[in-house]
Amino acid sequence: MSTQTNAAALTAKDFATDQEVRWCPGCGDYSILAQVQKVMPGIGVPKENIVIISGIGCSSRFPYYMNTYGMHSIHGRATAIASGLKAARPELSVWIVSGDGDSMSIGGNHTIHLLRRNFDVNMLVFNNQIYGLTKGQYSPTSEEHKITKSTPFGSIDHPFNPLALAMGADASFIARSMDRDPKHLQTVLTRAHQHKGSSFVEIYQNCNIFNDGAFEIFTEKGTKQDTGLYLEQGQPLVFGANKNKGIKLDGLNPVVVELGNGISADDLWIHDEKDFYKAQILIRMFDNLNKNEGFYPRPFGVFYQTERACYEDVMAMQIEEIIATKGKGNLDKLLRGKEVWEIVA
Amino acid sequence: MSTKEQVLQDVVIKFAGDSGDGMQLTGQQFTNNTALLGIDLATFPDFPAEIRAPIGTLPGVSGFQLRFSSDRVFTPGDMCDVLVAMNAAALKVNLKNLKRSGKIIANIDGFDTKNLRLANYTDGVNPLEDGSLEGFEVIKIDVTKLTREALKDFTELGVKERDRAKNMFVLGFIYWMYNRTLDTTINFLKEKFGKKEVILQSNIKVLQAGYNYGDTTETFTTRYKVEKAKLPAGVYRSIMGNQALAYGLIAASEKSGLPIFLGTYPITPASDILHELSKYKSFGIRTYQAEDEIAGIASAIGASYGGSLGVTTTSGPGMALKSEAMGLAVMLEIPLVIINIQRGGPSTGLPTKTEQSDLMQAYYGRNGECPMPIIASATPSDCFEVAYEAVRIAVQHMTPVILLSDGYIANGAEPWKFPKADDLQKIEVKFKTSLNDNEEKFMPYLRDEKLVRPWAVPGTPGLEHRIGGLEKQNNTGNVNYEPENHQLMVNIRQEKVDKIAEYIPEQKLDSGPEKGKVLVIGWGSTYGSIKSAVAELQEQGYSVSHAHLRYVRPFPKNLGSIIKNFETVLVPEINNGQLVKILRDVYMVDAKAYNKIMGVPITKTELVDVLKKML
Ligand code: SF4
Repeated sequence: MSTQTNAAALTAKDFATDQEVRWCPGCGDYSILAQVQKVMPGIGVPKENIVIISGIGCSSRFPYYMNTYGMHSIHGRATAIASGLKAARPELSVWIVSGDGDSMSIGGNHTIHLLRRNFDVNMLVFNNQIYGLTKGQYSPTSEEHKITKSTPFGSIDHPFNPLALAMGADASFIARSMDRDPKHLQTVLTRAHQHKGSSFVEIYQNCNIFNDGAFEIFTEKGTKQDTGLYLEQGQPLVFGANKNKGIKLDGLNPVVVELGNGISADDLWIHDEKDFYKAQILIRMFDNLNKNEGFYPRPFGVFYQTERACYEDVMAMQIEEIIATKGKGNLDKLLRGKEVWEIVA
Repeated sequence: MSTKEQVLQDVVIKFAGDSGDGMQLTGQQFTNNTALLGIDLATFPDFPAEIRAPIGTLPGVSGFQLRFSSDRVFTPGDMCDVLVAMNAAALKVNLKNLKRSGKIIANIDGFDTKNLRLANYTDGVNPLEDGSLEGFEVIKIDVTKLTREALKDFTELGVKERDRAKNMFVLGFIYWMYNRTLDTTINFLKEKFGKKEVILQSNIKVLQAGYNYGDTTETFTTRYKVEKAKLPAGVYRSIMGNQALAYGLIAASEKSGLPIFLGTYPITPASDILHELSKYKSFGIRTYQAEDEIAGIASAIGASYGGSLGVTTTSGPGMALKSEAMGLAVMLEIPLVIINIQRGGPSTGLPTKTEQSDLMQAYYGRNGECPMPIIASATPSDCFEVAYEAVRIAVQHMTPVILLSDGYIANGAEPWKFPKADDLQKIEVKFKTSLNDNEEKFMPYLRDEKLVRPWAVPGTPGLEHRIGGLEKQNNTGNVNYEPENHQLMVNIRQEKVDKIAEYIPEQKLDSGPEKGKVLVIGWGSTYGSIKSAVAELQEQGYSVSHAHLRYVRPFPKNLGSIIKNFETVLVPEINNGQLVKILRDVYMVDAKAYNKIMGVPITKTELVDVLKKML
């Protein structure tokens, strides 16, 4: 979302509160908090116009640590509350902080409707593929066969691909980042803010207590170059330790190729965030690399971005138009209605 | 031909037919015509739950009951004087509520073999022919045939389209019978079909044909007239319950300066509030049809948090879904109006029938100690004031408020002496806009003498703060799990609601002596029946009084002392005894209950019987 106003020069510190941060030591949430605090001074919105609304879960304690307006609401409903707030107060910069359980499970319905209505808000989904606050049950993004407290013989649930869900709901900005890559996360957060419309940002977040290492393959030195694909607008899809691999489109199928031997970057798929169809293919590159299933690298960055009217603007416009044509409502006229009769004493 | 004119005081008429016969519209038209003559009235629409139940069957019967009188009326009447039956099913369903010697106006075409079978009459039995209606005055009209005949020149209309105007024939006939003019309905038709000239003209034609039929047939020797009622002087209009709720909210918005945000999800019988409010964008109203009941209330909470007047509307099942969010609103201590148009339950229950069975839900139906003020409307026009009051309490006491109405009030209509905008008391709203001189840091839960916390909305510099559903420390609002603090906060939330009793009017008796034998305490839509029953008994010299509660939580502070002045208390309710339990609990009074839970209002007659046994 984007809300441009003049803000006095603030620093990340100005966005910290006096509340003790209570996530487990080592939790990925710390990094995300730090990146959000770092980004905030630069987005050009006065602190008082920023509102952070969260649901329930570890991630949802977030508002307490941000010196802005904030609400720690109820499980799954942050999106619905934010919708009402944004509809009533379009000038506010509204950020939703949610987790995989909060946004994809109990709050799944509100998530898709927020996105289709395209409220100009930023939705950050901290995906740790586990229920942390309730101490370790599988989540709607946990991989199949996962052994957790509630699935001692392995989960039989098929996981959501959150970005595919967002795409299906017609989100106008879809991105993925991770806790362990501060610079990348800062860039994506800034882009999310700049986008006018619902920005859906999935952030891989390590829960070192109940699901440690879920995303290690994308973050550790030895593997990350081969497993992560960093999307950049107008650039070819190149990855690998020596930038020696790329993705080519063969019809509608993405194909992993080795660069060299007659194949150059020019032959590769050039990333275009505006391409609705290609975005769907990119989003579907979702192999479980931990299990060595498939071979597509996992893309990070901005998958898709488009401009579409925002609900709150159209809502306000409708009101303005009606007032402009019909005039402001007159209470006496309303109460009187069309037909009256008089009783004389 | 000579027709006599007979003046009547009080008439109850029921229009009944298949749900496709347009009986609701017919009833509303006659109501409107009646109202504009200054005759007092009350209506009771009664429609099937299915949008299109099988044609001609008993479940498909749709009815509209109207009582009109030159005296004051408070109920749509227990028994009918006149029954319009468009088909056999309509007769079968409604005959039991027709007075002995009442009139039946039957559409013969609706009593053919097929219709009789659909209405479950034994083969070969036709009530219009077999003498079973002896004692009633049966007026048989072949409405279908006469309608077709009237439209024989409208060649561009098919049979189906012609038959659709049948209800206009009946309406025209009833207008003749009660000595009315057709102008109100002609105006209505013009507005409705303005651009569709053929449809407009055909409807007017049939309406006139019905009227002329009365004029020219010899069967009818008497026309009836009901005089103007002796209502208090003033300018009146007709109003329905849900409409009055919407107007009350709009008025409160204008008088408080707070824009309305309605977050809601369609549900019978509450949807009309959404329909109504969505028309009035010129008042700056935002209506938001959310993805579900929970999003309805959650979005309203978001809007209230942003400084709007958040409202959500629903019925029982939706209330159940909203309860967690209501708890959040209680913790956040922000204004919110939650309107429940009660219907038959549990579960999906009886969506189109009335009931008062959500009082306990409103009182206690949330997790934790979660007190909320409750206010209830008694009649369609009362909804206006009650909505206004709900807003006042919500914003001045920083609390969600539950407003209870029901299906009977929602769809009922009555004359309303509407107020002037200038005469409505302003609703003062205080936003906190900056830190006070002695404040170093904003304390979102610092309270005033009413125990009310400040309303500081996003966008206010220097007052950035966080609130949420976790227990919080008093004053600072920081998350706090200390045992003493929780006890304190639970007490404060209760006391805050209790204190509202100091800011609402004292309870008044609706009628009867201040001391006596029996006090009838009611709430909600039983108002008219109780009032009428009590009045009848008072006339007969019985010592009985009536108090009707608008404020159900907290109770007005003098209610206890009123109760003490009576030997017995009777609480009639359309539930299994809910207010009565609360009264027993709060006042330790041996209150008696009268309960009926059949999806229909309690009648005056049955209350008179019950009361007589107690007096
Ligand atoms: S349980 Fe996991 S997600 Fe929650 S705070 Fe601890 S490490 Fe973070």
